[in-house]
Formats: sequence, structure tokens, C-alpha cells
Amino acid sequence: MREIHISQITAAVRDLCIKSNTHLGEDVLQAFAQAIDQEVSPTGKDILEKLVENARIARVEGIPICQDTGFAVVFVEVGQEVRLIGGDLKEAINQGVRQGYEEGYLRKSVCHPFTRKNTGDNTPTVIHLDIVPGDRVQLIVAPKGGGSENMSRVTMLTPAVGIQGVKDFVVQRVKESGANPCPPTIVGVGIGGTFETTALLAKKALLRPLGSENPDPELAALEQELYEEINTLGIGPQGLGGRITSLAVHVNMMESHIASLPVAVNIQCHAARHKEIVL
Amino acid sequence: MSDAIKLTPPLSDADVESLRIGDRVLITGAIYTGRDAAHKRLTDLIQAGKHLPFEIQGQIIYYVGPSPAKPGRAVGAAGPTTSYRMDAYAPELMRFGLKGMIGKGARNQDVKDAMATFKAVYFAAIGGAGALMAQTIKNAEIIAYEDLGPEAIRRLEVEEFPIIVVNDVRGNDLYEEGVKRYAL
Repeated sequence: MREIHISQITAAVRDLCIKSNTHLGEDVLQAFAQAIDQEVSPTGKDILEKLVENARIARVEGIPICQDTGFAVVFVEVGQEVRLIGGDLKEAINQGVRQGYEEGYLRKSVCHPFTRKNTGDNTPTVIHLDIVPGDRVQLIVAPKGGGSENMSRVTMLTPAVGIQGVKDFVVQRVKESGANPCPPTIVGVGIGGTFETTALLAKKALLRPLGSENPDPELAALEQELYEEINTLGIGPQGLGGRITSLAVHVNMMESHIASLPVAVNIQCHAARHKEIVL
Repeated sequence: MSDAIKLTPPLSDADVESLRIGDRVLITGAIYTGRDAAHKRLTDLIQAGKHLPFEIQGQIIYYVGPSPAKPGRAVGAAGPTTSYRMDAYAPELMRFGLKGMIGKGARNQDVKDAMATFKAVYFAAIGGAGALMAQTIKNAEIIAYEDLGPEAIRRLEVEEFPIIVVNDVRGNDLYEEGVKRYAL
């Protein structure tokens, strides 16, 4: 079996926390460029240009794209032929988050739900762990800001409402969110599974690169329809009016129970941050 | 796009009344940071009949929790947080003289009514442009509630800090107008 020391995991998570918060992905920058071409509102266009400038400053000066450097969400895939040595995997990830948020001058935004006392080091980390074939470990760090997360919802629809019911729920959610989640947003949609799975499907949909096609043609068509309808709402960049309310809609779907049609909408602000590494 | 209006706090009733939705404003001078936890403490002080940690008359509160400053800098990234969470507290602060709020996202009717009654205005800054916004912040000093970390109240010295009027004293709302104009 291939051995990986957990200190490698800590170091990787640390670096990914810093990099994801200061280096906006090329796919997002390309989506901004396309949005600048498409936006008809002068204010909207001006805002999009400032977002490009913001990303440049963050990258060059090594400061966060957004002050809300998020709850650290870490997706880990461990190959079943890997043996992790040297300690506790989850603690190693938490340690990486602690180091990354301290050494990267990132904001610590995690607190007790009632007392609101800050934990001081941005832990605990939200960890999604999966065992996969192979002898590698993949780590994805996806810091998630509170503003757009607050606009996200899970619902259990009646199967009778069908695909139209799903579309209505998604569009209505974006409409009601208005300026709050920092549009232009990326809309992650999960359909099917159980209550918790549908939320995770929506979250994972946000990790797919912008501009990539959904491999399922049915879902690709649904994404396009939702994207077009959302961009008729008029919310626009920062909600100040315009065509580009969302940069993309990404849908993940799995089978559901015969009694259920679960749907989740996970809204992602334009600071769509995630970085990954394979060890 | 029209030229920006330059303002320095404290703002007078006349300053506020002259502003209309869509106006671009550049603030130079001191503004105060405050978000969820600080707002709760401020309104608790008012209810207890105690003094606030700064003179609020004519001032502007910026809804922000900056990321930590790298050495040699005033702040890290410093863009606005979503404003509706401060709606429960904002009218009380306007009653005590607050003239401006900077954030992002729509306000509720109580806040809009209080802006008309007490002569105050709500501005939007660009959410998620924290690195860019920080370029106009020249100094930051914690003046209260250091224990709140990113949520402590800071006095920021800003130079041509760019914002846009979203709600004016006449009850107008730029978010509503913008959507009306561009919805298909």
C-alpha cells in the first residue's frame, strides 16, 4: 500500500486555503470577461470591470478577494490503496485550516450559533470524506462565504410538480435573494436523493469549472433554460439592475424516493473560490 | 455616468437630503465599522440609557468585518456584508443621529421609514470587491469591542471611498428601480 504522511495533508490544506482565497480561478475570470461583453447596464458593466480589477489586486498583493474568507469546506477523496500514517486525518485537515487562516491573514468567521463567540482559528472545518479506488488522495478546499450561503435553500417538493416545479423553485429563490448574495452568482442545484444528499449535490455542482458542459444532455438543457430565465429577472451585477444576474447554473441529479422530489439551491457569490491538489 | 459627489462626515440633514438614488459618492474622512454583534451591543447600550463608544451624530456606519491586515497595511480585504441582518437595529441608531449606512442588499420597510423620518441614507459598496475597497482605506483603529475580533468597531480613515446611493430620504430604492428597468 502507498503510504502518505498526514503532515502532507496539513501542508496541502494550508496552502489551498491561502491560494483559494487570493487567486480567483481562470474560469471565473473568463466568465467575467464574457459577462462584460453581454451586460447592457453601464453600472453593471462598471461593476464587472471592478471585479476583474479586484481579482488582480488580490492575486498580485496576496490579499483575499473578499474579506469573508469563508467557512473552510474541504472535500477529501482517499484512494482505498492508500494508508494514511502519522496521525488523525481530520485533525490534520483542521490543523491545515488553522495554519492557512493564520499565516494567510484570512478572516476567522466561525462562531458558536447562540453566544456568537468566535472559535478564533476558523475551525472546525466542514469535511466531506469519500473513499475511492486507487492510490491517491485528492483535496479540494472551497471556502464558502456567509452572504450567499444564507440565500441557499433545501425543499422537499411533491413529485406531481415535476420539472416545472423544480424550475420555479430555483428561479424564485434567485429572485428573492436579489442583491444579497453578491450577484452575478453561480447557482448550484441538487435534485433527488434524500434531504441531506440533495444539498450536497448542489454544493458539489459549484465545484464544476465554469464554461464546462454538463455530461448529461438532459441536465445540460435544464441548466441552459434556468440560466436564460434567471437572466431575465433584471437583478444584474450587485442587484443594481442588469442582465447578468448569474454567470452559470450547474445541476447535479440522482434518483429520489418514490414519495419525494428533493431540491436544493446552493448560491455561490461571484468570488467562487476553490482549489485542489492530488497527492 | 455623472460625476461623483464628494462628502466628508459628519453629514448634515442638508447633505443627506441632497442625495438621490443612483448618485455616486466618494467619502473622505472617518467612517465606523459595525456588523451583527456590534449592533446588538450598541442598541443594548441605548436601551440601558448609556453612552455609545463614539459620537454617532452625523456619522456613517460601514457594515464590514475586514480580514486581518498584513504588516504595513491598514486592513486586509474590506468589502461590505449583507445589510438586512442589521435591519433590527438600524432605526434605533438613526434616531440617535446616524446619517449613513454602507452595505449591500435590500433593507426592510422599517429601515426605509426610519431613513425618511430621521433623515438618513443607505449606500451600497461593491460586495466581494474587498481587495479593491481596501485600497481607499488609509488607517484603521479599533475603538470598541476588541473581543469581537473581525466584528469589533473600527474607525476607518478613508480617501475617496466609492459608494452609490440605494435608498434616499424620499423612499426611493435603487434595487427596485434597477430590476424594473432591466427585467424582461
